[in-house]
Amino acid sequence: MAAPILEVKNIKVRYSGLPVLQGVSLAVNAGETVCVVGANGAGKSTLLRAIMGTQRAFEGQIVFSGREIHRLRTEEIVRLGIVYVPEEKMLFRPLAVEENLMLGAYILSDARRIQESLDFVYTLFPRLRERRLQPASTLSGGEQQMVAIGRGLMSRPQILMLDEPSLGLAPKLVDEVLDTVRRLKEEGMTILLVEQNVREALDLADRGYVIQTGRMVGEGSGKALLASDTFRQAFLGI
Amino acid sequence: MDILLGSIASGILLGMVLSLVALGLTVIFGLMDIVNFAHGEFLMIGMYTGLLTAQATGLDPLLTLPLAAGIGFLLGVLCYGGFVKYLLRGPMIAQLLGTFGLMLVLRNIALLFFGSEDRALHHGLLVGKSFDVGMGIIISATKLAVAVLAVLSFVGVWLLMNRTKLGKALTATALNRQGARYMGIPTERMNALAWGIGGATVTIAGALIVNFWSVNPYVGLIFTMIAFTVVALGGFGSVPGAFFAGLVVGFIMEIPGFWDFFAITFNISWMDAVPMTSFKYTWIYVSYFVIMLISPRGLFGWKQ
Repeated sequence: MAAPILEVKNIKVRYSGLPVLQGVSLAVNAGETVCVVGANGAGKSTLLRAIMGTQRAFEGQIVFSGREIHRLRTEEIVRLGIVYVPEEKMLFRPLAVEENLMLGAYILSDARRIQESLDFVYTLFPRLRERRLQPASTLSGGEQQMVAIGRGLMSRPQILMLDEPSLGLAPKLVDEVLDTVRRLKEEGMTILLVEQNVREALDLADRGYVIQTGRMVGEGSGKALLASDTFRQAFLGI
Repeated sequence: MDILLGSIASGILLGMVLSLVALGLTVIFGLMDIVNFAHGEFLMIGMYTGLLTAQATGLDPLLTLPLAAGIGFLLGVLCYGGFVKYLLRGPMIAQLLGTFGLMLVLRNIALLFFGSEDRALHHGLLVGKSFDVGMGIIISATKLAVAVLAVLSFVGVWLLMNRTKLGKALTATALNRQGARYMGIPTERMNALAWGIGGATVTIAGALIVNFWSVNPYVGLIFTMIAFTVVALGGFGSVPGAFFAGLVVGFIMEIPGFWDFFAITFNISWMDAVPMTSFKYTWIYVSYFVIMLISPRGLFGWKQ
């Protein structure tokens, strides 16, 4: 089997002195959708931030396309093809929807490719085309999430990392967001997903990891995990 | 009537000068949220650059502007990369005290090299020239040139911010630094660039101002104070705001002129007795206080 496109090897991260990740490993193969599940505070977001270089691992390695990236700066990691859509969305709120999307294409310089990206995002989210000149702050929560995901897609990442994309959305919108993830998966996008809607997320993922207080406690196909004991233990406490 | 029109004209011209002085601080402080108490010292360096190169080469001081801009850009980038960058790791007070220190260092370097005496330009295309535009309004050529260049600088910076990818990246960094990093924008370089733009525009202002204002190493402070007021008045992050706020402050500084106009026209004797000129700068802060009470975001602000 080919080497995974992204490999996290036994990383440890401390946050203001407290251990958050205590030796976490994970691998994502090209074209795969991998989901990390775990309770609040288990270290899911920290794991993604460590991959992005915004929270440094003091031990362990992170390898992307055969290259060590755990000492690179965030903007260099983005240039290599990893895009992170944070839980807080971090939109440029006073700027128009399209300006936000165009900033997502910052690392591209070919105008034609940028236009193609924009068309792709607008096909994926037709509602964003309608609202393209509106400030991002005036959009609903669901639409803002579309901007955040769309902005992440603009640079045509090799791997897209989504951090709790359905957080704070109404149930109907949660389904819509997860449907989007499914569509991206069908397009062949490599996705690393952190989700709180565990069942739906594991259902759509090829593989899943269970993280508990900073350690990986389970790994397997989505369906196998849903049936496993470790999973029940991590989420239901039995 | 002459006094009124004259005061209006000189208020507009002075206002444009002050706008240009504040433009750089709008980018550094208003937009990127970095305090710079050494802003006026950059202006002072621009003034010396204009004065000394003009004197040494015999060129007209207007021709020294590109040199001043280059020196200012380098100075801004060096100050950021070599010093201010490290201050940002600490709390806000570190920036306050750190750039205050930078101000003292630059001022004392100037003292060391140039001495403490006032120096002024005596020759130049525009120095001492003025037009009589009729109705008693006399416009000095230097101030008019500054006004024109101020407008050009504002248009240039506005175009850079709003029409270029670089400007969009700067705005994105100002709005959400971490979000900008996730777009692959090198935010450290954006900060350095902001300091470069800030340094270049304020040294241009300095090289222009030296045409009608004498320079000594202490000249910066009053401009720093005025520039901070203009930025806050115009609204944090707003380039057009800084322009209009500069005009407002220019008019406020002309209050003594308007006062004289009323005193003379309506022959009010007690008004004559008040030494308004001594309070010239006081009015800036009084009106700043009033505008902050009415609109804490400033006139055009969109940040915070």
